[in-house]
Amino acid sequence: MFRRTLMTTAAVAALAVATLSSASAQSLIRLGAAAPMTGPLAGGATVTHWPAVRLWVSEVNARGGLQLADGPATIELIEYDDQTNPQQAIMAAQRLATQDQVDFMVAPYSTGMNLAAAPVFAQLGYPMITGTAVTDQQPELAQQFPNMFFVLGRTSVMAEDTAHVLVDLRERGEIGNRVALVNVADAFGIEMAGISRSVLESNGFEIVYESSYPLGTQDLAPVIDGAKASNPDAFIAWSYPGDTFALTDQAIVQNFAPHVFFTAVATAFPAYEARFGAAAEGVLGMGGVNADDPAFQAFATAHTELNGQGPDFWASAATYATLEILGQAIEAVGAPDRAAVLTYLQDRSHSYETVLGPVSFNENNDNEAYWTVGQWQDGVFRGVAARGREGAVPVQVFDGWE
Amino acid sequence: MFILITGLLLGGTYALIAMGLNLQYGVARIMNLANGEMLVAGGFAAFWVYTAGQVNPIAALIVVAPLAFAVNWVLYRVMLQPLVTRAKNRGQLETDSILATFGMSFAFVGVMTWVFGGGYFNYAFLAQPFEMFGSSYAQNRIVAFLIATVIAAALWLWLTYSRAGLRMRAVAVNPRSARLVGIDVKATSALAFALGGAITATGGSLISMFFTLDASVGVLFTMKALIIVIMGGVGDIRGTIIAALILGIAETAVARLIDPGLTLAAAYFLFLAVLLFRPQGLFGKKPT
Repeated sequence: MFRRTLMTTAAVAALAVATLSSASAQSLIRLGAAAPMTGPLAGGATVTHWPAVRLWVSEVNARGGLQLADGPATIELIEYDDQTNPQQAIMAAQRLATQDQVDFMVAPYSTGMNLAAAPVFAQLGYPMITGTAVTDQQPELAQQFPNMFFVLGRTSVMAEDTAHVLVDLRERGEIGNRVALVNVADAFGIEMAGISRSVLESNGFEIVYESSYPLGTQDLAPVIDGAKASNPDAFIAWSYPGDTFALTDQAIVQNFAPHVFFTAVATAFPAYEARFGAAAEGVLGMGGVNADDPAFQAFATAHTELNGQGPDFWASAATYATLEILGQAIEAVGAPDRAAVLTYLQDRSHSYETVLGPVSFNENNDNEAYWTVGQWQDGVFRGVAARGREGAVPVQVFDGWE
Repeated sequence: MFILITGLLLGGTYALIAMGLNLQYGVARIMNLANGEMLVAGGFAAFWVYTAGQVNPIAALIVVAPLAFAVNWVLYRVMLQPLVTRAKNRGQLETDSILATFGMSFAFVGVMTWVFGGGYFNYAFLAQPFEMFGSSYAQNRIVAFLIATVIAAALWLWLTYSRAGLRMRAVAVNPRSARLVGIDVKATSALAFALGGAITATGGSLISMFFTLDASVGVLFTMKALIIVIMGGVGDIRGTIIAALILGIAETAVARLIDPGLTLAAAYFLFLAVLLFRPQGLFGKKPT
């Protein structure tokens, strides 16, 4: 008798658990993410992409989930490694859509991987809000893939603003006309160097040293030696993380200290400051944030608490913002309905509150307010140039490696 | 002078990358495609002891080298020896070992990503300038070069004058005949593979002083090591060292005098030239 009661109780309990879990299954939003965990871009994705994605999911779940029409919905994150391989990125997106049947997907990491995955996102009908794609092809891409959105900015603007920083400094009488321009020999470096050269030359600067080096090169003593021999006022390097560190290292060793020292990707990483400490003071780099903005500071604190590492001072916040935008669009629609969310995003009158400040998209699905150039000042990488963002601080002359 | 010294320093780095692979391929006949990962693992170990315990990465070699030796010995005994035993000829062993170590390289990347995460690793140790002949060079590169010289000299002396070295060379020339004169080929091969692994990991520890590493970067080092070993001639440590130095100086000269963009082209041009005119490598023996 007792045994039967026990059995019944167990059965009822099991049933109750089953009902409960099926009820909670309805208010669960599945979010798929494929980005590099291995391969050449894993280092960058580990700093910028994954921690920001995980932070957003954990924060949304901590406050009970997204508020939908029929109650809150928590988020389940499904992660795949795309091995920094475009083919794998496409396969992972397909698998997330068909096998895991995720409701939404996080855009991949880096310009190249986003461009590679754009067709499959479009074909499967997923909104694709990119936080790490910098390109100049927004108009064409938005035409071809109306589901693709851009938060981080445009390459030409980044290169132009870097040149304008030099123009400003020259007008202040702090630097002369001589510029050494180097770049990593891949699509990014070649494009950025090309734009820089034309903007600088049209502003009357003289390119006294120009060279490129192969991707993956970290033995850059000859490059720094060549740049130093040309005796420039400004040194601009469109570099990737490994070479950003190596160029800075060599510049310190050879005491090459022009009045402007600019390196591109990874200058805004906390690891840069950790590596070079006070020597990094005054180094210019790509990106930037409003480091004094309480929204960014709260984001940085939460980022450090969850991931044990701080955000970078550029694309981390943009990556986080892409998910804030997605979350706000889902809440506004009130259901995890991809088509409706996409329609909502495509309505350009909507604006989104993000860690970057308000974000809206123009007719090219492009966010027009972003940071372009930053500088290490007092241990913080502060934005010194931006389009449509408040809080840029004045740029300082680089005063050597001490 | 700047080009010569910078080139020599770079050549020293290349020698560190390639000497271990030469032993592994030349003596143990294992074309180890996980060579770069072993190097990165050595670098991570140095990074870890330096940042966690403020231990000098050169002092850390006392632990890193024996540890890598043990790990590689076990790897050879467990994973690679069965391939050697079942291989009917050298060609088959090469195919099998390439496939096995290629797979192993992915496993290493996975383990390192799991343990250390996928981010970038570097630290500042002896990153100060050292003045020589009117130019400055990084102290850490000079130290790495000096240690590379010591390792290379010790290795060459050992291979040339010791009994164990003689056994190694015998196996390198012909494993089958070596057995006929009473050499334990299995044990000698395991020793060569383990020693090669230890040298590679040592190189990694030294290179981590001036290279930014991440868990996935190993394949770059493997490529470089392959070029150098094949250029220098399989199974002769002198060839590897000479090839490394030539490559270092050539790359630096091209970078400084012509264009840094052409360093890779210069390296592969030299590689091609050696393959065309001396296919057995600079110091390699012609197959009979």
